[in-house]
Amino acid sequence: MSGAELFFYVLAVLAITSALAMIFTPRPVYAVLFMVVNFVAVALLYLQLEAPFLAAVQVLVYAGAIMVLFLFVVMLMGPAPAPLWEHIPAQRPLALLFAVGLLGALATAIRKGAFTPLTGTMSSAIATAGGQSQALAEHLYNRYLLPFELTSLILLVGIVGAVVLARLPRQKNPTTD
Amino acid sequence: MLADFIETIVKILVVVVVLLTGFAYMTWFERRVIARLQVRIGPNRVGPEGLLQPLADGVKLFFKEDIIPAEADKALYLLAPMLAVVPSLLAAAVLPFGPDVTLFGRTIHLYIADINIALLYFLGLGSLGVYSVVLAGWASNNKYALLGGLRASAQMISYELAMGLSVLAVVMLTGSFSLVDIVEAQAGGRWFVLMQPLAFIIFVITMLAETKRAPFDLPEAEQELVAGFHTEYSGMKFALFYMGEYIGMIVISGVAVSLFLGGWQGPFAEQIPLLGVLYFFLKVAVFMFFFVWMRATLPRLRYDRLMQLGWKVLLPLSLANVVVTALAVVARDTGFFGLLG
Amino acid sequence: MREYAVLGAFLLVGIVLPAAVVIGGWLLGPKRANPVKNSTYECGLETVGETWIQFKVQYYVYALIFVIFDIEVVYLYPWAVAYNRLGLFALVEALIFAGILVAGLFYAWRKGALAWF
Repeated sequence: MSGAELFFYVLAVLAITSALAMIFTPRPVYAVLFMVVNFVAVALLYLQLEAPFLAAVQVLVYAGAIMVLFLFVVMLMGPAPAPLWEHIPAQRPLALLFAVGLLGALATAIRKGAFTPLTGTMSSAIATAGGQSQALAEHLYNRYLLPFELTSLILLVGIVGAVVLARLPRQKNPTTD
Repeated sequence: MLADFIETIVKILVVVVVLLTGFAYMTWFERRVIARLQVRIGPNRVGPEGLLQPLADGVKLFFKEDIIPAEADKALYLLAPMLAVVPSLLAAAVLPFGPDVTLFGRTIHLYIADINIALLYFLGLGSLGVYSVVLAGWASNNKYALLGGLRASAQMISYELAMGLSVLAVVMLTGSFSLVDIVEAQAGGRWFVLMQPLAFIIFVITMLAETKRAPFDLPEAEQELVAGFHTEYSGMKFALFYMGEYIGMIVISGVAVSLFLGGWQGPFAEQIPLLGVLYFFLKVAVFMFFFVWMRATLPRLRYDRLMQLGWKVLLPLSLANVVVTALAVVARDTGFFGLLG
Repeated sequence: MREYAVLGAFLLVGIVLPAAVVIGGWLLGPKRANPVKNSTYECGLETVGETWIQFKVQYYVYALIFVIFDIEVVYLYPWAVAYNRLGLFALVEALIFAGILVAGLFYAWRKGALAWF
């Protein structure tokens, strides 16, 4: 086994065990931390695939922002361990159904997908753009213009949702806060 | 290959030793300077001018009992202080602290690693720094600690955005995330602080907040929260929080120097590399003095004011700065000003 | 990739150092625990009630808005680094993108989500 393969298997095992630990731990704070470990392991896998920008963003957004939000939520809920009852009837069978469905979709996507190894054309595209981040930017800001702008609308919905759900107390004069 | 390996190991060890020494002597420096600013003398008994004080403090802390509160979450209580040190130490890897040196016929770069996403690496590690405070606060199972931890984490995330956006303006001018490239782009005295004064001011304010230093030291506001998130910590675990804080101060100053003040650049630095290293350390030392000076001068902000400053002043300002920079770059590239004239 | 291997080595040093410090402190320090010493410190008073209680929602709102703007900033990173090559068109795109989110920030501001109460 080469060094790269060993690196991959160590990270893959780490990613899977941390994901399982996240699901099975009864303590919410630990679940959040196992998920952080999982995200970092996946970021390192991106790094091994020579996508350092993606790796950095994975850590910055998932581990540094979204999981901090989760940690806050867990702390806001207080110490109560996860409730043993389930809110939605037939939650477990449904979850199993969805999980199998997702697995099927993923398997089909992987089987049909064109997973070609990094060829000369792609590396040269990155080289002409002056780097990976630059190549990404050229795609994002030229070819995928519309999805990119739509992203901002989705994020806007997020802000509005946060403000509405927080049920802030009505202020007498909102401009002088 | 072996030479490369030895070079890397030596560089890592040198950087770690310099940072640890810097940490130890920063505590001495801070106590002495604060004392002077408050018309006191400060520690001067242990060794000449109190220079052995950090050593004495270190030895003392090693022999202190490591108290683990009965109510604490033991594993996270142990993990939190270690997490305080790791990100701030790791961020030092991308700092260029001098020009290339030729030694024994080898060209040696004076940085540990030049990666093309260096700034993202730095910001990513900064965002992981939140975990140590929030976990320390939560794991202690102490009300003061928990409040301090929550406040600290909310503060850090609020200022992270403005910091990221102020860095962005510099990235636009250089077209690179690499600190090595950014320092090179400032050759000949074209320091980015001259082109980006607002970004520099925002970065300096946010770096005080990110390192949780006065006037943003609310997480450990001693009048209301005892010692904040590290209230329950003692012995070497307590020391680790300080190690993380001070190494963080040194490293973030190094980043500020590299981004805005030309890094190691200065007169004759290219010819005499050691001069470059000296310039870098002098510039960092100016920032260290600034940290202490701010602590002695400014009163602590009220927490609501602190959050407002981050969200309602610094975030819009830094975003506006990015837009103005973008317009200026386009104007320059398209010769807009030429058309006017 | 060589540079990342170097970072990996630095990470090892970075983990060993605090671990060694904690172990050193544990070996050298006295271990005389007693129930009073290990009780929760609250300036000499007995602690009352639970610590892990519900906290105010404000922290959560800030964290949520932070996540959204963090994603915005992440989108702007590749834009900034390639800005010299992208030019005017990309500037307009980024202005629209950021403009929509600034409108969101302004909305949250007006609704009082950024006020600490």
